[in-house]
Amino acid sequence: MKRLLKGGRVVDPASGIDARRDVLIDHGRIARVAEGLADPEAELVDVTGLVVCPGFIDMHVHLREPGEEWKETIATGTRAAAAGGFTGVACMPNTNPPNDSRSVTEFILKRAREEGVVPVYPIGCVSKGRAGRELAEMGDMAAAGARAFSDDGAPVRASWLMRRALEYAQVFDVPIIDHCEDLELVDGGVVHEGQIATRLGLRGWPAVAEEILVQRDILLAEYTGGHVHLAHLSTARSVEFVREAKARGIRVTCEVTPHHLVLTHEAVREYSTNAKMNPPLRDEAAVEALRRALADGTVDAIATDHAPHHADEKCVEFALAPFGIVGLETAVSLCIDRLVHGGVIPLGRLVELMSCGPARILRLPKGTLRPGADADVTVLDLEREVEVRAERFRSRACNSPFIGWRLRGAPVMTIVAGEIVYDGRHGPEEEGSPGVG
Amino acid sequence: MRLRSPHLLGIEPLEPDEITLILDTAETMAEVSRREIKKVPTLRGKTVINLFVEPSTRTRSSFELAEKRLSADTLNFSAQSSSFVKGETLLDTARNLEAMAPDFIVIRHREPGAPHFLARHCQAAIINAGDGTHEHPTQALLDAYTIRQRLGRFRGLKVAIVGDILHSRVARSNILLLSRMGAEVFVCGPPTLIPRGVESLGCRATCRIEEALEGAHVVMVLRIQLERMHSGFFPTLREYATLYGLDLERFRRAAPGAILMHPGPINRGVEITGELADGHASVILEQVANGVAVRMAVLYLLAGGAEREAAA
Repeated sequence: MKRLLKGGRVVDPASGIDARRDVLIDHGRIARVAEGLADPEAELVDVTGLVVCPGFIDMHVHLREPGEEWKETIATGTRAAAAGGFTGVACMPNTNPPNDSRSVTEFILKRAREEGVVPVYPIGCVSKGRAGRELAEMGDMAAAGARAFSDDGAPVRASWLMRRALEYAQVFDVPIIDHCEDLELVDGGVVHEGQIATRLGLRGWPAVAEEILVQRDILLAEYTGGHVHLAHLSTARSVEFVREAKARGIRVTCEVTPHHLVLTHEAVREYSTNAKMNPPLRDEAAVEALRRALADGTVDAIATDHAPHHADEKCVEFALAPFGIVGLETAVSLCIDRLVHGGVIPLGRLVELMSCGPARILRLPKGTLRPGADADVTVLDLEREVEVRAERFRSRACNSPFIGWRLRGAPVMTIVAGEIVYDGRHGPEEEGSPGVG
Repeated sequence: MRLRSPHLLGIEPLEPDEITLILDTAETMAEVSRREIKKVPTLRGKTVINLFVEPSTRTRSSFELAEKRLSADTLNFSAQSSSFVKGETLLDTARNLEAMAPDFIVIRHREPGAPHFLARHCQAAIINAGDGTHEHPTQALLDAYTIRQRLGRFRGLKVAIVGDILHSRVARSNILLLSRMGAEVFVCGPPTLIPRGVESLGCRATCRIEEALEGAHVVMVLRIQLERMHSGFFPTLREYATLYGLDLERFRRAAPGAILMHPGPINRGVEITGELADGHASVILEQVANGVAVRMAVLYLLAGGAEREAAA
């Protein structure tokens, strides 16, 4: 089965292309990328005026299955991913039971094969039961398909355990992903410690509680030679530490979420629980620093930290609401509108952050449209005007602070291994329309 | 003139003219409390639900008395009897209360923002009677009333608020109110109990008690809670009392004629000595008395005030 994507602008940083090119897909792989391609056997896919990129990968999502299926499932979460322009997602292990053993990893992959719309890359636990006391069977999980290890939802609290994890993971050449939060220092904090927290009387979650663990993890990565990936960094000092560490040649990578790049703690002013996430939204200076770190190459990936919760769980007193927001169906539009049209980064850099970066960190043979690569493709319409509407979300949840936002730019087609898993080229009304539309 | 919001969720949204309106109205209400028959028909036929999800004696009784003096029908839910102990969510509680069609809900709750939550989900006018560590607007209003009664002004006054600022809703509401009315507010306590960015509320912060007290016209002492000691904010109550406890000696630094305030309940010998609390500078019991008048004023104004009465 062949497909010919005709008339688009190909943006493939890995091969240095940003030009009008046609893309021929054959048997699930990229066959040719060139001008004026024609193939009578191929199904013609008109992408005139659209941008054709290597498939976007969201390396940080919570699919909630097994255990919390009222929030999200592998079926609904991957549908949301496809509609959001993602050709693959890496799911965090804080399920119930946690993904701390081969059987859970296999269960997730089985469900993904049965019901998933895009591939799922499981992330296993660092510690048994995510309890932070002893290493989980990383080798067994890696053999089953786990791509990285993390106790996300919580940090690897004990420094000795982080050290052992960074050492042991080198056997399987996988990264350890840490959620950097000094729990004793955060001590029940729910919003960024600063003026807004003080004004609202809410407990503060100080920036320094993230930075301490960032620096600890960097030092341990240096000491052990392991690869540490720092999740959802939110402060100026955090990215500064990463910048310095990279300059020293330490194996550290990091990601930032769209919401930390777009919102500040002002968003919680009305006690809005849909602006409550962990780490919390920070101040204007932090947003500026994160944006600079995107532009200068310090940040390796944009990841959503897609954290679905049921509406009833969020409709409570602020401090009692769970942390997290959904992100799969808003990330690409937010990034195109605020970062690309907003002049923070060029489009090619966005593709690096959403495709090449995650692929490299997770050691996936993806993130490029070079001939021979997997035909995972994200197609963007940079000019599509969209409004974020909860009722259009594919996700089971709609806990988003972006409901009602109007954005310019959207994912319009998602192709996985040559198959079109989402097609919204002709607008939001048709079947397969995006959450934004 | 009337209040701009249908609710009293905090001092933060109030403009100075609204604060003055409440204080002026409270003076009229205080007159009612001095009559032999301490009751007016203003809120006859109106229903007030007092939803106190956190223990309170002073504030709850004060509200109840205010409501009764205005002839409202009142209904009390307390922490012990409420469905919260049975695991009902605040949303469901709000919906059930709403089904009883109250005109007002007075809420005391341990979570900041709980009154705002009710305001989003109920038709009734919501009055914040203290939401966690956020605000306690009627306390600040009665404190302001007391200050104005005693000192006749706000502009040019130095007000020192001493104690656990971090966990104090009284401090937050008072800083906002008094700075908005032109007073110079100092907050003072160990740095462990001063919240980050507190200056943005309109005050200066210091850990030196002498600096805070020097020339102060109003000294407001906050209750220090024993459990804070166990959370590592200070080593012992004894040491706290030594460093920040108010006694006659320290109080001498304040301006002549300065008044001493405390929102209660007081810990004698911890944040304040008995001699000072019972001394001539203390207006602690006046604060309590004024609470009823101020709460009557708030209820009256939220019910529509003079405009409503004129229309009736």
